[in-house]
Amino acid sequence: MADDHGDTAGSMAAGKDVAQHSATAHDAGTAVVATDEVPNPGFPPYRPRVTDLDPKVDQQQERRVSALFFVSIIGSVLAVAAYIAFPIEPGNMESVRNNTLYLGLGITLGLLGIGIGAVHWSKSLMEGHDLVEQRHGTRGSEETRAKAIEIFTLGDKESGFGRRTLLRNTLIGALVVSPLPAIVLFRDLAPAEDPVKLLKHTFWEPGMRLTRDPSGTPIKASDLTLGSAFQVIPEGINDSEHRIEEKAKAAVLLVRLKPEDLEISEGRENWSYDGIVAYSKICTHVGCPVALYEQQTHHLLCPCHQSQFDIKREAAVIFGPAKRPLPQLPIAVDSEGYLIAQSDFTEPIGPSFWERKL
Amino acid sequence: MTTTPTQDAPSKTRGQRFTSAAANYIDERTSISGAVKELGRKIFPDHWSFMLGEVALYSFVVILLSGTFLTFFFQASMVEVHYEGSYAPLKGIEMSAAMASTLDISFDIRGGLLMRQVHHWAALLFVASIGLHMLRVYFTGAYRKPREINWLIGFVLFILAMAEGFTGYSLPDDLLSGNGLRIIDGMVKGIPVIGTWISYLLFGGEFPGVDIVSRLYILHIMLLPAIIIAAIGVHMLLLIINKHTQFAAPGRTNNNVVGSPIMPVFAAKAGGFFFIVFGVITLIASTFSINPVWVYGPYDPSPVSAGTQPDWYIGFADGALRLVPPGWETEWFGFTWSFNIIAPLVILGLFIAIVAFYPFIEAWVTGDKREHHIADRPRNAPTRTAIGAAGVTFYAVLWAAASSDLIATHFKLSIEGVIHSCQALLIFGPIIAFFLTKRVCIGLQKKDREIALHGYESGRIVRLPHGEYIEVHEQLDEYERWKLVNFTDYKPLMIRPNAEGKITTGQRVRASASRWFFEDRIAPVSQKEIEQSKDGHH
Repeated sequence: MADDHGDTAGSMAAGKDVAQHSATAHDAGTAVVATDEVPNPGFPPYRPRVTDLDPKVDQQQERRVSALFFVSIIGSVLAVAAYIAFPIEPGNMESVRNNTLYLGLGITLGLLGIGIGAVHWSKSLMEGHDLVEQRHGTRGSEETRAKAIEIFTLGDKESGFGRRTLLRNTLIGALVVSPLPAIVLFRDLAPAEDPVKLLKHTFWEPGMRLTRDPSGTPIKASDLTLGSAFQVIPEGINDSEHRIEEKAKAAVLLVRLKPEDLEISEGRENWSYDGIVAYSKICTHVGCPVALYEQQTHHLLCPCHQSQFDIKREAAVIFGPAKRPLPQLPIAVDSEGYLIAQSDFTEPIGPSFWERKL
Repeated sequence: MTTTPTQDAPSKTRGQRFTSAAANYIDERTSISGAVKELGRKIFPDHWSFMLGEVALYSFVVILLSGTFLTFFFQASMVEVHYEGSYAPLKGIEMSAAMASTLDISFDIRGGLLMRQVHHWAALLFVASIGLHMLRVYFTGAYRKPREINWLIGFVLFILAMAEGFTGYSLPDDLLSGNGLRIIDGMVKGIPVIGTWISYLLFGGEFPGVDIVSRLYILHIMLLPAIIIAAIGVHMLLLIINKHTQFAAPGRTNNNVVGSPIMPVFAAKAGGFFFIVFGVITLIASTFSINPVWVYGPYDPSPVSAGTQPDWYIGFADGALRLVPPGWETEWFGFTWSFNIIAPLVILGLFIAIVAFYPFIEAWVTGDKREHHIADRPRNAPTRTAIGAAGVTFYAVLWAAASSDLIATHFKLSIEGVIHSCQALLIFGPIIAFFLTKRVCIGLQKKDREIALHGYESGRIVRLPHGEYIEVHEQLDEYERWKLVNFTDYKPLMIRPNAEGKITTGQRVRASASRWFFEDRIAPVSQKEIEQSKDGHH
């Protein structure tokens, strides 16, 4: 297969048989076919390595490679020793770290010893001459291609695939239709209900108390000082069947501002209580929790994609990829002074979806 | 080399007799000698950049090994459990079985944390090395005929590697990965017409549901790896059929391969290199922690930590989401059109489509139907290299944008400023990179020409009898010169009427593309020019 070109006679020839192998001439397109190319000078003379010239160095390198393999053995043994010597003691994080570190270092040594040794062996001791192999066009030879065509023609003739068009077309039709059941079967990946209905409602109901996340203790209006913010979940959500799914829609951020700082639009006059406002915490962009509240500016920042919402202006978007304001939860205070929801959100919360406005 | 004789010569040692008996046993049942004959002395050319693909292959093997270990302990279930393992801060906390078993792997199984970290680091390296390998193939034009199909397979592998990464990242069901899934859910919901349903089916109901981890798990450990292994198989097979490309060097031609034979040199180098890759990953994994899920805690839809980052290879997609200007959403015909989602999806889709089909575009422009086995030096294909630089810039800006918040906090900049700069860079950066790179390439080509014709500056200053000082130029030897003069050159396409005497629109488009590609060109030095420069030497 490969010819050694260590001798210069062969090497000079090798570089010059450029034209010989172009059995099929291909269109060169817009390539400039050079007529006056600089000729290929052929292979340069082999530059012997130190190990080729000096048997002492050769032996030295051999010892070095062998030492590397020996280091590898030591590393693997050390890894086993580390496994035993550094057990994990429950609750002791340092033992976890030591176990990981020493076991890992042992394995590393075991692997690197083999790796560096083998590469060093190949580079310094193995035969260093480059070898030459001829390429042949990727295209099959004319005989092979003719044979392949003949086989297809025979297949076509013997089966009548091209001639019996009714057979062929109905077969293609059947094959196209046959995966349909497989697609339909995937319908039950999700439950039967319409997702659009589910997305439009959350856990909040009229009169439901606002409670702290995650403890679930109710919040009195008097608990909120000016400028403070509470992470809020609806009362009873922790005991609900779909706790996380419900929380993913019902999470709310509660803040208290000076009532005169709030710009309240028509129809929302009764949605706040003495400067306390509640907004959905789920970003209207792609649904991350908008968790960063900036006390001085009353801006809410989504840490995922940096959409910013202005609480003073009903959580309107002031920066970032989100389009819609965070939906507001209408709140009130019950007879005991606890904050309650007047109703569910009046629009779907979270990221936009196709049927959102329907 | 002599072939193994069927009868043992009496002079052989016991070991040799055993080896030849064993080889004979296997060959008589498998015909393996044919494969050894075909492949054993196959030649592989050598260049440092050829190892990038090897790194990808070997890190994939490491992923398979470490991943298999992890599957023995991981529970792909979102059943709620109370954590009772040995990590005190989370004791008694409600979390999914997936998260709890991840913690158990980390804190209760010897070597478990090491294997988790090996797996994660190897995955990061896997995607990174595929990316670098693709860049190497791109910038050297190694995707040209006959390797276009192998480029496509490699591209599919790159996409699958990212899919593997993302599915794996989501499995522990921790706060960070949960937020990642939340973003995927939000993006899917923004797709017109089918988005809501796709999300509903994907999560088995409303986000996050109780199915996603087990569904991603089967994709992560079976379906995707099976496709990846099959694709790697075809990738390697085509590599063997097409043989590896090589850089221009004396003696090397488009019709030969010069390098080391598989047995023994390449096998030793490549085999050794596998152990080095494995060793380096293990070293990193034993000294640097990655994805400490216990710090993030179990997934909860309400909290999120500031400065959250996806794994690096998802960054470009996250960055694209961040760079959408405000207000890109509207309602038409009663339906919601989330252009803040659609635009990034379309732009990223176009970007990767161009990556996938670039070889075919270039082949159409050049019309070159010949096989190319000599890797181009990037400077010798200035427009291609410039397009590549523009693409890299585009990707890099998106990638940087995924850390916009961290850039802002670390460098004490305003987040708005960072985003606006990235938006501007996303549009102007690639254009600037294109022109700059093209000029640099052409400049380097001119310099190559100069050196090939007039030699290099030797640093030796000579005073001539009449007082003039000159610097002596040393000529290159013919071997060195060959590397500078051996490359393919293209010229712009001339529009010519076809057989019916018409100039088609397709031809016009191709001609203008060809002009754009090859208008500025530096021809390789010809033999005549060399001779002339020798004659008229100053």
